[in-house]
Amino acid sequence: MEKFTVLDLLQLDLKEHDALNLKCIAGRPGLIREITVPEIDRPGLALCGFFENFAYKRIQVFGRGENSYLAKLEKDGNMETVVKIFQYEVPCCIFTYGYKPSKTILDLAEKLKCPVLQTDLASSEFSARIIRVLSDVFAPHQTVHGVLVEVFGVGILIRGDSGVGKSEIALELIERGHRLVADDAINIRCVSGNILFGKGASVVISHHMEIRGLGIINITHLFGVGAIRDEKRIQLVVQLEEWDANKIYDRIGSEETTDILDVKVPFLVIPVKPGRNIPIIIETAAMNERLKRMGYHSTKEFSRNVMNWLETKSARTFFLEEKHLYK
Amino acid sequence: MTEKKVTIKNRAGIHARPAALLVQTASKFASKILLEKGSEQINAKSIMGVISLGATYQTVLKIIADGLDEKEAVEVLSRLFDNKFEEE
Repeated sequence: MEKFTVLDLLQLDLKEHDALNLKCIAGRPGLIREITVPEIDRPGLALCGFFENFAYKRIQVFGRGENSYLAKLEKDGNMETVVKIFQYEVPCCIFTYGYKPSKTILDLAEKLKCPVLQTDLASSEFSARIIRVLSDVFAPHQTVHGVLVEVFGVGILIRGDSGVGKSEIALELIERGHRLVADDAINIRCVSGNILFGKGASVVISHHMEIRGLGIINITHLFGVGAIRDEKRIQLVVQLEEWDANKIYDRIGSEETTDILDVKVPFLVIPVKPGRNIPIIIETAAMNERLKRMGYHSTKEFSRNVMNWLETKSARTFFLEEKHLYK
Repeated sequence: MTEKKVTIKNRAGIHARPAALLVQTASKFASKILLEKGSEQINAKSIMGVISLGATYQTVLKIIADGLDEKEAVEVLSRLFDNKFEEE
């Protein structure tokens, strides 16, 4: 993973309930400091002078309590511990409740190049948000080649060799009212160990598609904002393959899965050949997937019904055999 | 044209899984292959057809193949029946 610096944290495009409302009020040169752990620390003990096991790699959050204590330290003219915290190379110090530390502290931070940030959020809310944001940033991730679309609310990752027609199929799905998340390079990250989220590798290029013969097209402009989506959970992986007469394809529906970042995702292999309308097959796969989630498994149900039917027939023939009839 | 009579030896009869196996095997051959049960004849390469035969334990079916590789097709398919479709 690339280095994630304090500056990157400030520049994250976070909206509404994710917004951190951060701004830098001192120690700008220190913004290049790297954040290496997705955790935070309340530096109460350190301020009191107890530095054993001081979690200096974590972001330091100064809330109301810490602020009052800082004021007391300043009144006593005892800034030793503050200097020590700044010297520890903590990634940054964040003051919540919009609290602005005194000039002495800001000057110290400036001198020691320790970034001091400020947010208007309450400490508890800020802690919850930053943990969420950082665990997202530090989640295991991987970039794959494919198209990510949302079909009937199901996130489908379409994979396959180039030239098999992924983009064209996605285009038809969009035309049929479904949504494009990203084309070509999909950035997948694993959240809380078992959920996969996919989005375009870059915001700038994700809602564009390359269609052979047309060049690069902008989906948002052509189909409207309803045809796109920034991010979607991946719930099904569809592998497109050139039809191979010698290969055996699934005929009754098995429960295959594929591993992405150690998470098992339902997996289908769909052979492509002229005359097969792949977008409709993918739509059906999406609906079938939804049915499965609702507890109705078409294949299993069908299989069970056939078994019951055969059993009844078998029992009937057995009893109708002459030797079992009363004479 | 090659024909052969076979008996279903697996207890459960031809349900979804054996049907899929049968159809996949039959599809490997170029010959036209039919399964006959009583007066019904169905294409052995169609999965829904094979299931709808409702072939139960001890049912006698006739495999009818017509084409270049008919002998081999009947041979391979009848072996499937003998092997109880790899069940049991």
